[in-house]
Formats: sequence, C-alpha cells, structure tokens
Amino acid sequence: MSTASVPLPNWISYGVLPVLNLLVAFFISGLVVWSIGENPFQALKLLIEGALGRGEAIGFTLFYTTSFIFTGLSVAVAFHAGLFNIGSEGQAYVGGLGAALVALALDHYVPWYVTMPFAVIGAALFGAAWAFIPAWLQAKRGSHVVITTIMFNFIAAALMVYLLVNVFIVPGKMAPETRTFLPGGQLPKLDWLMALFGMKLGPAPFNVSFIIALVMCYLVWLLIWRSKLGYEMRTLGISPSAAVYAGIPYSRTVIIAMLISGGLAGMMALNPVMGASARLQVEFVAGAGFVGIAVSLMGRSHPLGIVFAAFLFGILYQGGADLSFEMPNITREMIVVIQGLVILFAGALEYMFRPAVVRIYQTLSGK
Amino acid sequence: MTPHPAIELAGIDKSFGAVHANKNINLTVAKGSIHGIIGENGAGKSTLMSILYGFYQADRGEIRIDGKPITIRDSQTAIASGIGMVHQHFMLVENFTVLENVMLGAEGGQLLAKGVAGARKELKRLEAEYGLDVDPDAIIEELPVGKQQRVEILKALYRGAEILILDEPTGVLTPAEADHLFRILKVLRDQGKTILLITHKLREIMAITDEVSVMRRGEMVATRKTAETTVEELAELMVGRRVLLRVEKGEAQPGKVLLSVKNLTVKDSRGVTMVDDVSFDVREGEILGIAGVAGNGQSELLEAIAGIRKPTSGEILIDGQPVAGLDPARLRELGLAHIPEDRHHMGLVLKFEEYENSVLGYHRDPRYGRGALLDLDAIRKDAEEKIAKYDIRPPNPRLKTANFSGGNQQKIVVAREIERDPKMLIIGQPTRGVDIGAIEFIHRRIVEMRDAQKAVLLVSVELDEIRSLSDRIIVMFAGKVVGEATPDAGEQALGMMMAGAV
Ligand SMILES: Nc1ncnc2c1ncn2[C@@H]1O[C@H](COP(=O)(O)OP(=O)(O)OP(=O)(O)O)[C@@H](O)[C@H]1O
Ligand SMILES: [Mg+2]
Repeated sequence: MSTASVPLPNWISYGVLPVLNLLVAFFISGLVVWSIGENPFQALKLLIEGALGRGEAIGFTLFYTTSFIFTGLSVAVAFHAGLFNIGSEGQAYVGGLGAALVALALDHYVPWYVTMPFAVIGAALFGAAWAFIPAWLQAKRGSHVVITTIMFNFIAAALMVYLLVNVFIVPGKMAPETRTFLPGGQLPKLDWLMALFGMKLGPAPFNVSFIIALVMCYLVWLLIWRSKLGYEMRTLGISPSAAVYAGIPYSRTVIIAMLISGGLAGMMALNPVMGASARLQVEFVAGAGFVGIAVSLMGRSHPLGIVFAAFLFGILYQGGADLSFEMPNITREMIVVIQGLVILFAGALEYMFRPAVVRIYQTLSGK
Repeated sequence: MTPHPAIELAGIDKSFGAVHANKNINLTVAKGSIHGIIGENGAGKSTLMSILYGFYQADRGEIRIDGKPITIRDSQTAIASGIGMVHQHFMLVENFTVLENVMLGAEGGQLLAKGVAGARKELKRLEAEYGLDVDPDAIIEELPVGKQQRVEILKALYRGAEILILDEPTGVLTPAEADHLFRILKVLRDQGKTILLITHKLREIMAITDEVSVMRRGEMVATRKTAETTVEELAELMVGRRVLLRVEKGEAQPGKVLLSVKNLTVKDSRGVTMVDDVSFDVREGEILGIAGVAGNGQSELLEAIAGIRKPTSGEILIDGQPVAGLDPARLRELGLAHIPEDRHHMGLVLKFEEYENSVLGYHRDPRYGRGALLDLDAIRKDAEEKIAKYDIRPPNPRLKTANFSGGNQQKIVVAREIERDPKMLIIGQPTRGVDIGAIEFIHRRIVEMRDAQKAVLLVSVELDEIRSLSDRIIVMFAGKVVGEATPDAGEQALGMMMAGAV
C-alpha cells in the first residue's frame, strides 16, 4: 500500500529508476574495490576502457551481448506467460548440439549462408525439445517449472559431457570437443560492420548471430504484442482466471510458450559454437542462461529493454575480464561479485528506491 | 463555540493526464454523522476518497480534519489522523485469523505474545461496544463476505479511526448482511464516529444517511439533508436528467427452447455439492431469472453453463445438442455469451488497455485479424464504437483498464458480450457497482436482446432487478431449485423461497 499504488510517469519508471539502481550498484561495487585497497575510479576507467576502448574490446562486448540477448528473450517470453524458466542455461547447452549436428553435416558441402538457416532451426529445435518435458510436466501434472527446469540444467550438463567425451570426441585427441567446423559451418565475423564505424574487430568473435539476435528481438516483439498467441500468453500470465473465462487453453499455451522460450535459448548456442570457437565444447554456455534472467528482469521483459540490459552485462563481462587482468588484486571472483550487485539492485531490489522517488516526485511537482 | 466539522475539503482538484477527476471540490462533514456520496460511474467519488486516504495526492486544495489543516502523504498519515477505509476489495490475508489480520502492521512491539493478548482484549471491547461480533480465531477465507467486511471495519477501529470511509460496501453483501452493516454504522455514529458512505443504491442513502452529496463529472453539484430530499430528486441531480427507475418492457414472445439444463450437478474444488440436480429450460425470446441469496449455487451454475467449471453429472443442451464439458471458446462459437459475476478476475484483465479487453474471448475471430496476427486498427476501431455506444468514460481505448471506474469497467464487459449479437446470453450480477443511469441503459439492452428473440439467463442477488427484468423466475436455495414464480409474485413470497422456507 502507501506509495506502491501511486502512479509515476513512464520516464521515471523506465528511465530514472533503473539508472538510479545502476548507480547505487556501482557505488557499492566502488566501496568493495576501495576496501581491498584499489582506486575505484581507476577501476571504473579500466572497466569501461576494457569494454569499449578499442574495436576489439567492443567486438568482445558485443559478442557477449549477443548471447545475453538470446537468453534474455528466452526468459522474457516464458515470463509473459507467467512461467519462470530458469532452464535457459541447459536449453542453450542442448541447443548447441542441434547447431553442431547441422554444421558437422553440411560444412563440407555448402557455404555458410546455406548452413545458417538450418543451424538456426536445429539449435532452436534442440533447445525447445529440452524445454518440452518441463513444460509438459507443468501443463499436465502441475510440477513447478522452476524446479524441473533447474533439474534439467543438471541433466543437460551431464548429457553433453557424456556425448562429447564418448561420441563426438575426435579420436586420438584429449579435449572433449567436436572437430573444428569448416568455413561452411561457421558464422562469419562482422568486421565489415565495425569497419563502417572506422573500427577494427581484430580477433574478437563478434559475428552474424548478432544480427540473428536482433531479428529475434523484432519477432518476439511481434509475437508478444501483435499476435493472437502473444495475447493469449499475456492473458494467462497476468490473470489465469480471465484466461479460463476467455477459453484460452492452459496446457497448450504453457507448452507453446516454453517451446518458444527453449528455442530462443537454444539459438544462443549459434554465437559461441558457430560464431566463435567453430566447434562444440563443454560448458560453452558459461552462465549466459542465468545472466539472461537478470537481463530479462532489468529489461522489463521488453525486447528493447533486453538489448540495453544485455549490452550492459556485455560491458561488465568484457570490461570485468580486462579489469581483473590489469588489476590483479581484483580477481575474477570479484567481478562476479560486482555483476551480482548489479543483478541485486537492478533486478531483485528494483522497487527499493521507489517510495523515496515517489516522495521527491510529489514534492517537486508541487503536490 | 461550535465544534469543528470532522472533515473539511476545500478546493480539492485532481487530474489524471487529460482526465479531470476532481474539480474544485468543497465538502464539509459534521462530526458524528453519516454522510452519503453518490454520483455516476466515473464521477470521481473513489478518487476523492483516495485523496482523503492518501492513495493519491490532490493537485490543489486543502484537507482539514477537526479544523486542523493536514497533508495526507500516504495511508499511514491518514491512519494517524484517525481516518480508516473499508475497501470494496478487501485487503485481508486470507489464511490468517481475524485477530492476526486486525493486528497486522500494528503488532505493538517485537514480541508477538504481548501484542496478541492486548489485541484480543481490545477486540472484545470493540465487539461489545459496537456489536461487531466475529470470532477472533476464525480463518478469513472461511468467513462469509459480510463478516470479512466486519473485519475490515474492526481493523480500522483498532487503529483508532474516528472517520470511516466505505466505498460501495453493499455491492457484495446479501440484503440481510447489508441490514446488519447499517445497524453497525448507526451504532458507530451514535458513539460519535463520522462515516462517509459511497453507494449507488439510493434506497440505502435514504435509509441511513444524515446528509448526502452528489458528484457529477468531477464536480460536487449538490448537498442535501437526507430528510429533505427524495430518490427522484437525487437521481435527477446525479444524471442531469430524469431517470426511469422502472424497466419498461412488453409481453415476451417465447419461441423454442434454446438452452436446456437437465439434472445438473456441480461440485466445487473441495468436493462440496454446489448445484444439486438442477433442471430448467430457457426459450428464445425470454428472460429467465434465477433468484437466490448469494452463495446458493448460482455462481457455480453459471460457470458450468459457460464451460468454466466441469459439471459432475447431468446435461446441458444448446439447441438440443449436448454441450456439457465443452470449453468456453467452443461455446462462444455456438453463440453463447457470458457476462461473468466477477469482472476483476474473469471478465477483464485489469492490466490490459481497454481495447485489449474489448476482444477478450473473441480475439481469435477473423474480424480482429486474419492469420496469426491481431489487427490492432480493427480492434481499436471496434473498441471506439463500443465506447461511444455504451458511453464508457473516459472515451479512451488506450487507457489501462484498472484506471476506469468500477461502473465503466462493467460497461466494457457488457458492451463486449452484447455487441457480439449472441444467440444466448448468460449474465451474473449485470449491474453490480453500476450507477442508476447506466443500470437503466444495461437493463434496456437486456430487454432488447430478449425482444430480438435471444435466450437470456439472468442471475442477480438484487431481487428488484430479477423481478423487473425476468419473464419467469426460479429460486435457488442450497444448490437446488426450490420454486418457480412469475415476476408479479410478491416480494414476501419470493423472500420465503429464497430463505428455503417453502
Ligand atoms: N489512476 C488513474 N489513472 C487515470 N485515470 C484514472 C485513474 N483513477 C481514476 N481515473 C479516472 O478518473 C475518473 C474518476 O474515477 P473514480 O474511480 O473516482 O470514479 P467513481 O466516481 O468512483 O466511479 P464508480 O462509481 O464507477 O466507482 C474516471 O474517469 C477514471 O477513469
Ligand atoms: Mg468508485
């Protein structure tokens, strides 16, 4: 009650509040950096430079951004239907299998742009398939999707290690990974795009999947706000009883929403598997699925917000890696703490400052 | 020196964007009186009360309580100034006991045990003083609505309220519960409390208020001593024209049976039989009214017919075709439209914009978009037409539905279902929370549906509404049909049946 019900203009809800949350997260991170005896302003400068300083840095930042857009969209789509999909991590992992199988099958015969659409479909299908069982259990048996998708993350990890170690491994090699794809199974880098801005990409793995991610943003927007299915998903997500009244079938809508969510998570694999390393490796998802939860929360489940939030986390990932390299006192774990703080303030505590902002707004607008 | 009035509002002004909800409102409420506030849907009554209770801040104007000007920033300030509010949608924790709910947020210290003992004593005292009897250890969700409302009143009094605001308190009550509420309010007044009562039922205004103020389109247009005014005058002040307080309709021309219910039994989620072996027919061109005290199975019956709840046994036939167990989407295709009792949980998605709700349940219709996409232009145009035809205010299809006043929300649902031109219409509480002008309008629409040879099934706890609209009446009690009557049956006779005494 009290201030929670007071309406605020959009520019405050979607502009001032997120920025404020972000500033506080940075401020506390600054305190942490200061407490271990480093200069927080220096650290911030290194972080920004590391993420945006040169063409190569930007290339890495955008590479991470791409992965986070996919997983952020994945979480958002399920969320609109009232489902909390914690399983993007596992769905992306299995999606990699779909992408790799297509690449391995076609790279000898056709150029990349022929492989690409099949790889997109393969990754999406495998990701969706991994989401299907939790979806079915939720729809038909009422097993909570949060629990089942977490369990499926573990199963995915075990399954993929098994497959890579026992099935896909190149005979005679130690590393549990597939053979390297030929160019016909790789997604080319976007160095021409960087060149347009007068920058050099260098070895950074920024690739065509970024464009696929942006296309998916548009398609998700179309799905959620312009399609009949999206309308049904939103109705179900906001008011399950109104959905019953409107004759919106619960099971079907839940399952489809989860399949789309899983499909989007699966497509994330295109970026590291076909765009960067050109082979399927263990643990290539590296937490991007979980970052997707934060990205979706911060981006308010809107594709545009997700792009911004994904970019922010891209900066934190890339800049953070650089920072821990330049300031050995700030370890990799430290960076994880800082990312955690951003998630905490921007996602979980998003309403913490609202009452105060409401007061200030009321005072300033003379009410 | 005369005592200060309990409440003085001076020049209160409030806008929501383009909507000017309160315009320069002045209001004086004497201490120890019951003051009624009436007005059309969207006139700004709830907004004014929300300002007094600190939900909204006025853009301009002054609030004086007991002569002292105060700024009410939020509900805490309101409570500290002795203002309590009973919301139409109760703000109770369903699985807490009465005592726990009353204490919530006013526990008095870190240790619960001490507070509990104190609260129990205080509750006893309030009960004795005002006749507000509820078992302190009862669980909220097991209490009937009337008692839940009493808990809301107790909550306010426990926090030391001297002024009590009730926004449409009787909309959800049975007549007996409403009578009981009024007895409580009178006791409260006689003990010196001040009461502000919003209602659409002029009968209630005449029965218990001392003074009544009328709002129209954001303005306070008149204040009268209740003893010196009449229902007709109030109605005219509210709407700005004369209102027909009776339904005009000709003879029904019933045709063939369209909707037929045979030996229908429905159990609720706990396995309790709510509808027990019910049978009836509705013909085209007639309105069949189901009378009964709320909670006697009418809601479950409607939900079963609408496909929302699976019947346990029995048959439902549309045009002779069995339809029991079909889903609501399929039933809509067969020409069944449903105005649900509970607009907030079923009929509307409150977070949607108005136009999105104007197609709820019909969103798959090709006229709102071929293929997979919605044709938003077509939907908005359609919504605008309904808004114009049903005088939904404000006339903005892009406004969030939650921001429409209660009565206008109801009109959104009614417009959607009637404008589909269905073959059968089943209606639960069509005019709950709707102003008299709009009641007249909705009633006329329902009669028009009948005259267009549609089959209409009407459930209402308002006996007046049932009697003035129906061509035939059946009475439900404890899940069974206990009798059938014609609309000219006396109120007494119907009342006896509704109480299960026949
Ligand atoms: N938060 C809001 N944002 C925008 N408009 C609002 C908001 N709250 C109320 N309104 C508008 O202000 C006007 C007054 O609404 P209010 O709820 O006070 O009416 P009311 O007199 O209580 O009507 P009813 O009898 O139907 O409950 C309406 O036009 C309504 O749509
Ligand atoms: Mg109201």
